Amino acid sequence: MSFRASLQRIYSVARKEIVHIRRDPMTLFFALALPVVELFLLGFAIDTNVRHIRTVVYDAAMTQESEVLLRSFVNSEDFDIKGYVYTDAELHDWIIAGKAKVAIKIPEDYSRRLQAGQQAQILIMVDGTESSTAGEAVNVANAITLRESLRQVLRDRPLPIESRPRILFNPDTRSPNFFIPGLMVVMCQMMATMLTTNSIVKEKELGTLEQLFMTPVLAREVMLGKMGPYIVLTFLEFTAIAVLMRIVFQVPIHGSFVTLLLIVLPFVLTMLGTGLFISARSSSRDAASQLVIGTVMPSVFLSGYVFPVDSMPLVFRYIAKCIPTTWMIDACRGVILRGAGWSELWTHSLVLWCMAIATLVLATIRFRKKLT
Amino acid sequence: MSLAIDVQGGTIRFGSFTAVNRVSIQVPKGEVFGLLGPNGSGKTTLIRGLCGLLAFSEGHATILGHDVAKQADLVRQSIGYMSQKFSLYADLTATENMDFYSGIYGLSPARQKERQAELIALTGLSPYLDRRTDKLSGGWKQRLALVCALLHEPRLIFLDEPTAGIDPVARRDLWDLLFRLAAQGVTLFVTTHYMDEAERCNRVGYIHMGNLLAFGTPDELKRLPNITPPGTLRIEIAGQDTAGVLARLKRHPGVREATIFGQAIHALVDAPCDLQSLGIEHLAVHQTEPSLEDVFVTLARQQAD
Repeated sequence: MSFRASLQRIYSVARKEIVHIRRDPMTLFFALALPVVELFLLGFAIDTNVRHIRTVVYDAAMTQESEVLLRSFVNSEDFDIKGYVYTDAELHDWIIAGKAKVAIKIPEDYSRRLQAGQQAQILIMVDGTESSTAGEAVNVANAITLRESLRQVLRDRPLPIESRPRILFNPDTRSPNFFIPGLMVVMCQMMATMLTTNSIVKEKELGTLEQLFMTPVLAREVMLGKMGPYIVLTFLEFTAIAVLMRIVFQVPIHGSFVTLLLIVLPFVLTMLGTGLFISARSSSRDAASQLVIGTVMPSVFLSGYVFPVDSMPLVFRYIAKCIPTTWMIDACRGVILRGAGWSELWTHSLVLWCMAIATLVLATIRFRKKLT
Repeated sequence: MSLAIDVQGGTIRFGSFTAVNRVSIQVPKGEVFGLLGPNGSGKTTLIRGLCGLLAFSEGHATILGHDVAKQADLVRQSIGYMSQKFSLYADLTATENMDFYSGIYGLSPARQKERQAELIALTGLSPYLDRRTDKLSGGWKQRLALVCALLHEPRLIFLDEPTAGIDPVARRDLWDLLFRLAAQGVTLFVTTHYMDEAERCNRVGYIHMGNLLAFGTPDELKRLPNITPPGTLRIEIAGQDTAGVLARLKRHPGVREATIFGQAIHALVDAPCDLQSLGIEHLAVHQTEPSLEDVFVTLARQQAD
């Protein structure tokens, strides 16, 4: 009997929450449209693969050999020769002005030294302000010159060792494949936390929460009733991004999407719990937003969403392990890109369920039905 | 006579600050109790304590026979609460707000329908049912809030400044409603700043900095010995130029208190008092009873001294 009454109260809260969502289309629009905009931005604009680096050339040799060398730079597709200059000063100017990221100088004696069997040097200047571009440029330039050197030595004989790299799961190393599964998770996190926090802090601001506390409704019933509609919204969002990813960005989903949804459930619960926890602590929506951003920032930077966890210092790797987003992004990429299933991901699921239960218990304790 | 509210030495502290200090109130069922006091004197805190929303640091409170500390759920099921600031959902319509609270109080669909119809008839809310709550005027908002607080047929209703900021007609209508409820045996606990509202209550209390300075029927309070001490008289002086007369009165050694009430001055003077020197022979001076306002002002001054 009292269980039925409890269900009725939860249902009433959930139904009211749905009316709030319907009456406030702006919030809904921002919640749903913002991730889609972000998806298109990341999907189309951002390419972490460094290609077409703007390059300036000072070819002082002007010989057949120097031309061959330059052509191998162009053929790599990593370098785009934007211009030729004829003095060292001009070469510097291009770099300083930012017109080129890489400057190649082939000295006048390049061909002579090669023919004489001496070591020929070429100068490669790299603008180090963008570390990833610089690193890539140095690596590729080294590889090209090394191959040219070998060609000089071996003449027409084949290379004794040839490596044949095969990149699994994302053969074209396309950025969307790497980014979008992470984006799905981060957007879910933002949405689940922000919406629950907002919905409770708004009631605090309006005084309706105090009115609610004067009724027989229990704190956990308010929490459950509010969580229901937001779980549904978050899942819709997650699925929508997945559909766009598949259709617009042609990222194949190798594993089972149902498996992925089941793994996402505890993650969403953790985020709703975080939202409840934040709303129990803050008395205004502004303060709450600050706290939400505060929880999202570390999740973005430490979860492997942008920067690989494995290349972080040890301490940060341990911190990353404590962030639910890290586990979820790994699971999401696992299912979508590598076709992973329960046998590979059960630990992820277990960890996320533990985090969900811990967060919700903490939030319930904080969200006691007392005003202080 | 059974009591709807029985507080014995109720004390609520926040850290070292005592918001409510050893307050004892007994209100019989079916009465209208008015609690007065300046802002921040502890009225709302006391109500929150009585609803079980704040725990009493000391003392004991029973609401409709339920111990507030131990049976908060039973208390909440049997009370209604209407807060000083409007606290319904502004983006929901009147009906949606009613439906929500019906669900929260666990009304069956049939009971909900019946009860809403009764209350809509009682308050005359029917033209506004589909209107968003934030589009209602202050008076209608308060009526809707009252309806939402009444859906589960509470035997006791707490109304925290229910008439603050609504127009005089709506104010009178609301009080008529409240008395109709009281006639049905519902106990009302009302806080207010309006003296005319206080005069209409069966019992009033005056709280000042957490201390309940007076508690009783309005007549009992007016006859309190320290309101009109022996050897003094309360007089009313009616006539022109009240402001000028007031200034002269205040300089007179035999006048203890003087305040303007509309076209008249209420004063507390030593008896016998020689007012001839003030040049007010042409004005009508007669002895009068203290008003409730006189009572509360006097109590607050005495407390301050």
